[in-house]
Amino acid sequence: MSFLKLLFRNRLAAMGAVVLGLILLLVVLIPLLPLQDPDVTNTSNRFLPPLSDGHLLGTDHLGRDLLARLLHGTRLSLGVGISAALIAGTIGSAVGIIAGYFGGRADNIIMRGIDMLMAFPYILLALAIVAALGPGLFNALIAVAAVNIPFFARNIRGITVGLAGREFIDAARLAGMGHTRIILTELLPNVLSTIVIAMSTTVGWMILETAGLSFLGLGSQPPQADLGSMLGEARSALITDPHTSIIPGIMIFLIVMSINLLGDGVRDALDPRLRSGALARPRAQTLVERKGDIPTDDQKGLLNIQNLETQFHVGKRVYRAVNDVTLFVNPGECLGVIGESGSGKSVTALSVMGLVASPPGVVTGGAVRYEGEDLLSAPFESLRRKRGDKVAYIFQDPLSTLHPLYRVGDQLMEAIQVHHKMSDKEARAKAVDLLKSVRIPNPESRIRSYPHEMSGGMRQRVGIAMALANDPDVIIADEPTTALDVTVQAQILALLDDLRRERGLAIVFITHDFGVVAQLCDRVAVLYGGRIVEQGTTTDVLDHPAHPYTKRLMACVPELGGGKRRLEAIPGLPPMVSDLPPGCAFAPRCDKATEACSRGEIALAGSGTRAVRCIHPEEEIA
Amino acid sequence: MSIALKVDGLAKTFPISGGLFGRQKAGVRAVRPMSFEVPTGETLGIVGESGCGKSTLARMLVGLLEPTEGTIEIEGKALDNADPAKFGRLIQYMFQDPVSSLNPRKTIKQIMEVPLKRLYGMGRAERDKRIGEIFDSVNLRSEFLERYPHEFSGGQAQRIGVARALAAAPRIIILDEPVSALDVSVQAQVLNLLRDLKGEFGLTYLFISHDLAVVEAVSDRIVVLYFGSVVEIGKAEEVFANPRHPYTKLLAESAPVVGRPLKAPEQKDSELPDPLNPPPGCAFATRCPRATDQCRREEPRLEAMGGDQYAACFHPL
Ligand SMILES: Nc1ncnc2c1ncn2[C@@H]1O[C@H](COP(=O)(O)OP(=O)(O)OP(=O)(O)O)[C@@H](O)[C@H]1O
Ligand code: SF4
Ligand code: SF4
Ligand SMILES: [Mg+2]
Repeated sequence: MSFLKLLFRNRLAAMGAVVLGLILLLVVLIPLLPLQDPDVTNTSNRFLPPLSDGHLLGTDHLGRDLLARLLHGTRLSLGVGISAALIAGTIGSAVGIIAGYFGGRADNIIMRGIDMLMAFPYILLALAIVAALGPGLFNALIAVAAVNIPFFARNIRGITVGLAGREFIDAARLAGMGHTRIILTELLPNVLSTIVIAMSTTVGWMILETAGLSFLGLGSQPPQADLGSMLGEARSALITDPHTSIIPGIMIFLIVMSINLLGDGVRDALDPRLRSGALARPRAQTLVERKGDIPTDDQKGLLNIQNLETQFHVGKRVYRAVNDVTLFVNPGECLGVIGESGSGKSVTALSVMGLVASPPGVVTGGAVRYEGEDLLSAPFESLRRKRGDKVAYIFQDPLSTLHPLYRVGDQLMEAIQVHHKMSDKEARAKAVDLLKSVRIPNPESRIRSYPHEMSGGMRQRVGIAMALANDPDVIIADEPTTALDVTVQAQILALLDDLRRERGLAIVFITHDFGVVAQLCDRVAVLYGGRIVEQGTTTDVLDHPAHPYTKRLMACVPELGGGKRRLEAIPGLPPMVSDLPPGCAFAPRCDKATEACSRGEIALAGSGTRAVRCIHPEEEIA
Repeated sequence: MSIALKVDGLAKTFPISGGLFGRQKAGVRAVRPMSFEVPTGETLGIVGESGCGKSTLARMLVGLLEPTEGTIEIEGKALDNADPAKFGRLIQYMFQDPVSSLNPRKTIKQIMEVPLKRLYGMGRAERDKRIGEIFDSVNLRSEFLERYPHEFSGGQAQRIGVARALAAAPRIIILDEPVSALDVSVQAQVLNLLRDLKGEFGLTYLFISHDLAVVEAVSDRIVVLYFGSVVEIGKAEEVFANPRHPYTKLLAESAPVVGRPLKAPEQKDSELPDPLNPPPGCAFATRCPRATDQCRREEPRLEAMGGDQYAACFHPL
């Protein structure tokens, strides 16, 4: 029922629904209402004004009761319009689904045909069809349906093409389904909502178009009344007796307006983005609402994250994505952050520069210090100046930072010029230097390439060059090599390692791969359910994991050279951060768990940089 | 030992179409003629980097793509792809993305019933019984049957994918990156499950992955693909430990391993050749430290390297 709720939260749609509902009610009640016969003429009572005796809305040029004609006409117009929408929707959708599903030549031929239909101005087309078939309401219906088929065909084809490439269609084929069955049972249910939306937004226009044809005398034939023919017949008396035109005019206006408002409402309410509340415009900076005190500066590292807490507030649910995370990184150092999907790695990283989308993200506690200054309380302007200039990001998908329509050289130059005033020539020279420093061959010609002309590894190098553009002091790399092939990954890792040694960069490297951590990072923190469960130097953690989760996670990742074998699996699933258990989040999956583990908060205990959050650690740490 | 799958000269060229009536020019050779055999009960691993033709090969094997050349034989009989129902009973495909391979508008039960109904024409009671058995063997609870795909985690959805493939009771299952969308701690669960099911149902697997360590851990033999061709085949424990082809060596050295220092393996050029304009000779020549003039002229053929290992290289390691 959330659909109806969403629909009626939209005031205009609700109004449309009420108006349309009233009109439909009147039309349905026609047989019960004490109406006169709409077609009985009485020339002695021509052009009676509204509110005359026995004729509430007056009479027309032949003395027929306008109220009766109006209601009968409305019924006819609605009926024809809706039938036309149903016919156009059915045929158009069928054509669209077939073209989209079969693709290739069938698609080409069908869509060229549709394009040809669309090349004619549609009112001309409708007129031509009626001219060929002869005037009459039924022929008008056919004409209106025909000119609207292309609209449905194009829309539905677009969606079908996307769906037909999805794996569940292949799966259905492998399960022995034939084409017809796939179309009817796999595709149709997935496009039905779009068809309904398309119909609800076009039925208003179809009513208008039918009325248009009747107005021209090509639709309903006398004495039968529909709204269009009523207008048409009243045309000659427009000046002398305006009510004969105004009354059907108002009715057309009310019908089309209410249907369109309702249709737009339906479309919006069915839009999944609106449902998740994502249409609210995100702020430029993550909302900070710290409950407790701001931790005092403990003067660690260049970038110092202290007791960070970031949550997502979605409706009544609270997703505690990051809980009390404390991390720091020194110049020239590489800190690894390792964890599974949903453990809060990315949200931690994005919280640093206020890049978590708000709503729904909120930083609810802690501090993020850059050279001692708390970035969470910094005004947006100061944060904006530091983004990219002091702290830069590299993401998993370089396409998310590169604009597809601009040359990479121009994008690099822009990134440089945002923070540093320099001439285009200097900026271009710097861009070439940057590409050279990330080992892109032929940088002079490569700056003219577009992102799509480069391979994944190349693009990630450009992504790194973008991050380096303003000589940042800290780079936060969020799984920068996860999408790359191993040979390319090795090159990118070697590059990052060189860069931090040459330039004294501090790197926060987020990954789920122990091999990568072992090769690149000096220290590592292990995240589980939004908390750090273990941290220490890479050798300490990898050689002597103290937290049961770390130990078992390492055991279940196969390592090259181990031969064919059964793997050590961890039963169960990672926790949902919307529903974290009290105490240790790993307890449901841990074979050392005792009752004490689930009783309450367990502290991260240890000395120096080595610490573990566990009551029964695998190793005692000094 | 009987042969479950035999591929002979199988190749796929994608035409590059030139509009509605345009004549087809030479296309992209996604899979170059390749031949191999898979004995019953074996797991054959297939590794290679993105774009090397792994998925194209897989889709040809299950009949989702028409081969341009060559033949596929399953248990000694040439495969005819006229009848999807026949195909489905012999060979099934498990998809990389567990969620997108399940129709979002159908319940798990409706999804599970299709192969039983279409491939075996089972009645309702029989179907329910069979689904129950399959769900038991993949450790899924029968309450799940009434739910919709979006209610499941990746690991659960992948189990449902396994269950659907098993429902077809095929002889061979092609696993296309079956765990790469899953969490590390869940990967091992699914891999172990696949291993147990293989024994239980006497299956033969083709296991496709870009993760060398995973492939090594589950396979008996491994095929290494590069640019649409087989460059090396051998026993799983040998291929990466003692590679004969320079590309296999590069792969093995690039995989990050705990305890091995970071170094980018030497290579002159990291770019793959342009598929629209492939170089003559060995496709790896631009990246290969051992390349000679011969390599740039002639195409090396797969040759025995001793033991069960084969490599396509003029100057093997
Ligand atoms: N926009 C959002 N709305 C609601 N919850 C969110 C949102 N973004 C992230 N979360 C939740 O926050 C938690 C942490 O997510 P995060 O992206 O940090 O994980 P991660 O460790 O980076 O995982 P991955 O390895 O998949 O990238 C997850 O449970 C996620 O569902
Ligand atoms: S605190 Fe208890 S449940 Fe948590 S990891 Fe340690 S032993 Fe296991
Ligand atoms: S054939 Fe030549 S170029 Fe190709 S891999 Fe062997 S040595 Fe290298
Ligand atoms: Mg992430």
